[in-house]
Amino acid sequence: MARINLDDIRHAYMASPRGDGDFALKRVHHTFDDGGAYALLGPSGCGKTTLLNIMSGLLKPTEGKILFDGRDVTGLSTEERNIAQVFQFPVVYDTMSVRDNLAFPLRNRGVAPDEIERRVAEILEMIGLADRAGQKARGLTADDKQKIALGRGLVRSDVSAILFDEPLTVIDPHMKWVLRSQLKELHRRFAFTMVYVTHDQTEALTFADQVVVMNDGEIVQIGTPEELFERPNHTFVGYFIGSPGMNVIPVDVEGTTARIGAHRVALPGGAAIDAGARTELGVRPEHVRIGNQGIPVQIDRVEDTGRRKIVHALLDGRQIAAIVPEDAGVPAEPRVTFDAAGINLYANSWRVALGPAEEGARP
Amino acid sequence: MTKTWNNRAWFLVLPVLLLVAFNAIIPLMTVVNYSVQETFGNNLFFLEGTKWYQDVLTSSRFHASLLRQFTFTFIILAIEIPLGVAIALTMPRSGPWVSVCLVLMALPLLIPWNVVGAMWNIMALPDIGLLGYGLNKLGIPYNFTRQPFAAWFTVVLMDVWHWTSLVVLLAYAGLRSIPEAYYQAAKIDGASRWSVFRYIQLPKMNRVLTIAVLLRFMDSFMIYTEPFVLTGGGPGNATTFLSIDLVKAALGEFNLGIAAAMSIIYFLITLLVSWIFYTLMMRGDEQ
Repeated sequence: MARINLDDIRHAYMASPRGDGDFALKRVHHTFDDGGAYALLGPSGCGKTTLLNIMSGLLKPTEGKILFDGRDVTGLSTEERNIAQVFQFPVVYDTMSVRDNLAFPLRNRGVAPDEIERRVAEILEMIGLADRAGQKARGLTADDKQKIALGRGLVRSDVSAILFDEPLTVIDPHMKWVLRSQLKELHRRFAFTMVYVTHDQTEALTFADQVVVMNDGEIVQIGTPEELFERPNHTFVGYFIGSPGMNVIPVDVEGTTARIGAHRVALPGGAAIDAGARTELGVRPEHVRIGNQGIPVQIDRVEDTGRRKIVHALLDGRQIAAIVPEDAGVPAEPRVTFDAAGINLYANSWRVALGPAEEGARP
Repeated sequence: MTKTWNNRAWFLVLPVLLLVAFNAIIPLMTVVNYSVQETFGNNLFFLEGTKWYQDVLTSSRFHASLLRQFTFTFIILAIEIPLGVAIALTMPRSGPWVSVCLVLMALPLLIPWNVVGAMWNIMALPDIGLLGYGLNKLGIPYNFTRQPFAAWFTVVLMDVWHWTSLVVLLAYAGLRSIPEAYYQAAKIDGASRWSVFRYIQLPKMNRVLTIAVLLRFMDSFMIYTEPFVLTGGGPGNATTFLSIDLVKAALGEFNLGIAAAMSIIYFLITLLVSWIFYTLMMRGDEQ
């Protein structure tokens, strides 16, 4: 187990990068605490896998250093770093039995046979393949193969960290849920440092204590699932997390009011905003109330998702979404109000603190 | 849905039937015809039954060339398959050198077979050839027209030069199809270079290698042109492989019955070995 420091990491896949645009990772400076469960969340191509491969040593960063418990490991190989990693598509050794697949990483490291037997039996039990331990891996389904791959990642007890690169992509939804809970359970029992890459917000939010949201080669926000949901630091986090994402409405700010066209919204506090900055109001659909007061809207369409309804409406010509309970009606002349607690203000896409009481936002 | 029965549909099979008839069945039946009859001039034929087959199967000459044939095929397979895999493993996986390597590898395959024979013949000549002259200069007595061992050495070397590329290309294609994640996982698992080969590369090349062995078996078992041009089957009968012996019997000695019976036996051996390979390959797939 180790604390992992990423010290001003930059990475480019081309030989001689010039501009910022050439970098797949622009500048990442972050610490993964010993024993933490982290998720790296972001859209495809945002650099999450690159960052993961840099941590495991499959890639050497163009610039910057990686420290494990304060020791510089930037130049060390994957093996020397003692990292376990599980990949997106199942990697199994076809000609080996399920048991041998699991024992392989241990045998390569010269672990004592009785210790290997004990660990393998434990993992077989956990991934639910104990009854097929002697079978060749070749004939198994993609699900089972990925379970073997997960098992190989978990079989070593002395690893510095376990890295997961979208490991549940090929698993069917029910099994996904089971495996994710098992990983979580495992984390609780053994306190491995775990980093889990995914583009699926549900996966990230349920797995991790701390979610690192990435976009376009940069970390945009690090926080607990709750922080990401209630106080998105960047409009990207706002609409990437949540279903549907946060409503982002361009506004003009005057003191503690925001103007949307001819309408006014009271802000919970005032904010210092640079002159000329592009200002936007961010409100999650969960915090939009539809009733007889507030700003008039036209209903565009209503989606029924089962337990609740998503109302898509036009406010001053812009799409906004609201989530209302399944049995709630929509008035004939609907108007919307925003919960004060759910109002966020953004200047040039970054969140600004409102009022004196609030902290934590990026200056 | 109702099915319409129309026997005229059988006419649709006719073109294929004609094609197969003219390029396989009719020539084969002609050979079968010769193999059971005594043939004289003026198209006189006398039925002989299985006499020619008995003659061939009991003839020590046939046994000798069959043994030479199997020995040759075994030797070149034992050299070309491991060598081809080894070369494929050292080839770059990406970058500008890939196409250079591929073209270099494909070159021997593009040369007409009799040219290959002629090239090696000249190269191996003891008085002027690079190989022949060189070996003699190094103090190794070498004359492929007199020493059976030297003749075998040259024929095997020629075949290795000519055909190892095929194995290389097939093995390389197999290697290229392995996703990068396998190598990464192996690194993570701390696998040695040998383990990577044994548990990742070899299993993934299994299919193409089976095909490579099959192709090289078929081709080398029917080898004719190159040794014919290089050694003409000599010295003595040292490099008289099955096909060379067959042509000697058919065209040199005009023993049509014997040659026809030999052809059929030859054909059945090839068919049998191919069938065994096919069965093994299919069984491998089912697992």
